[in-house]
Amino acid sequence: MNRSVITLANLSKEKIQYLIRLSEEFERHTNRRLLEGKVVATLFFEPSTRTRLSFETAANRLGARIIGFTDPKVTSSTKGETLHDTIKMVSNYADVIVMRHFLEGAAQYASEITDVPIINAGDGSNQHPSQTMLDLYSIYKTQGHLDNLHIYLVGDLKYGRTVHSLLMAMRHFNPTFHFIAPKELEMPEEYKIYCEEQNIKYFETRDFNEDVIADADILYMTRVQRERFTDLMEYERVKDSYLLCNQMLRKAKSNMKILHPLPRLNEINIDVDSNPHAYYFEQAHNGLFARQALICDVLNIGLDQILNDNTIID
Amino acid sequence: MNKEELKVSAIQNGTVIDHIPSSKLLAVVALLHLENIKTPVTVGYNLKSKKMGKKSLIKIADRYFTDEEINQLSVVSPNVTLCIIKDYDVVEKKQVQMPDSLHGIVQCPNPKCITNNEPMKTIFHVINKEKGVLKCHYCEKEEKLEKARLVSPSNV
Ligand SMILES: [Zn+2]
Repeated sequence: MNRSVITLANLSKEKIQYLIRLSEEFERHTNRRLLEGKVVATLFFEPSTRTRLSFETAANRLGARIIGFTDPKVTSSTKGETLHDTIKMVSNYADVIVMRHFLEGAAQYASEITDVPIINAGDGSNQHPSQTMLDLYSIYKTQGHLDNLHIYLVGDLKYGRTVHSLLMAMRHFNPTFHFIAPKELEMPEEYKIYCEEQNIKYFETRDFNEDVIADADILYMTRVQRERFTDLMEYERVKDSYLLCNQMLRKAKSNMKILHPLPRLNEINIDVDSNPHAYYFEQAHNGLFARQALICDVLNIGLDQILNDNTIID
Repeated sequence: MNKEELKVSAIQNGTVIDHIPSSKLLAVVALLHLENIKTPVTVGYNLKSKKMGKKSLIKIADRYFTDEEINQLSVVSPNVTLCIIKDYDVVEKKQVQMPDSLHGIVQCPNPKCITNNEPMKTIFHVINKEKGVLKCHYCEKEEKLEKARLVSPSNV
């Protein structure tokens, strides 16, 4: 059975908790030689510097060696070669393949043509499980648990794949979601149906102000991109309505944290950055530990081995 | 046995696929890959039918199909009947049933799906049989069965 990570949507509650536990251990001791002798391939068919650096740092700090490509020019020189053949070729060299692709379903397909485990680092607008994992870990770390939280999703809820994945992964933990978005970018019907099927409570509003978010435990902001709007008048009308600034946080609960998958456009005013509620830079840092957890998990390195690891460097 | 049944049973052993809407005949031929079959195949086109007005049928000698192969036909014609013939007798009649998944039959409507960009078979999961809702195994986009386009035969 291939241990690939293509999506987190169908993971059990226990598995999610287990991966959080691994992430905690890697945060405690980040530098190890646990993966000495292993080769991690990072295949970026579409550039994403942020995600690639995070994965490569995760692997490097565990002592693995890295091969791969990211330059779009390099990938275009392999043009004409099928994904199938590229994966077959790389499978001869690597113990795990981290791949990002512009086509949806690419990682699932890759996992079916090789025994080398695949970690999906984003397939088009479909899934991005390591982002979801770091979101879950960030929520856990800031709240001390994942249960019964009020999570406010703000901005582009239509195309924002991170909010969809987060919604599905949280289903085990009795969350209450609040969807705050302009009409053009509201949460798609299929996810509202999903919430109803899974008994997830949700509220929907177009208003974004200090009163609306006063009960939030997590305020999850997303990018609102101009090109997502079919009606540019609508964009001009709403673009400043979903902008978070410092004075909107006066009524926030003390435990409330602001998350954002980054990079941000102008959804979060820079005056928020120094507010204790701001957590988005730490959130990105948590990606390192979450990705170490995912890499070790697909390589079948379990909690016991990580707890009794005598390769720890610091 | 009446004349109609005799006509249907006129192969010694094999399979008769009956009640095919005439407009779907070629699609059924393609789905079952009958062009590759070496045993005799007889096609009846635009025959009279009490139930359907006009129908088509296909008789395939010395060949039986698995339920899975046959159920793939439900995409093009859900009311097809299947007769298993042994020694000139109809030993079993079956209706096709909507399978749990469709392999290499439906084309994904998502242009950014890997299946539309690699030489590979599509897989769709039938996530709601009553409403006919399909979900692409790869890109996870959902599609209504009545809107589904079949893959072009060269890709099957
Ligand atoms: Zn698809």
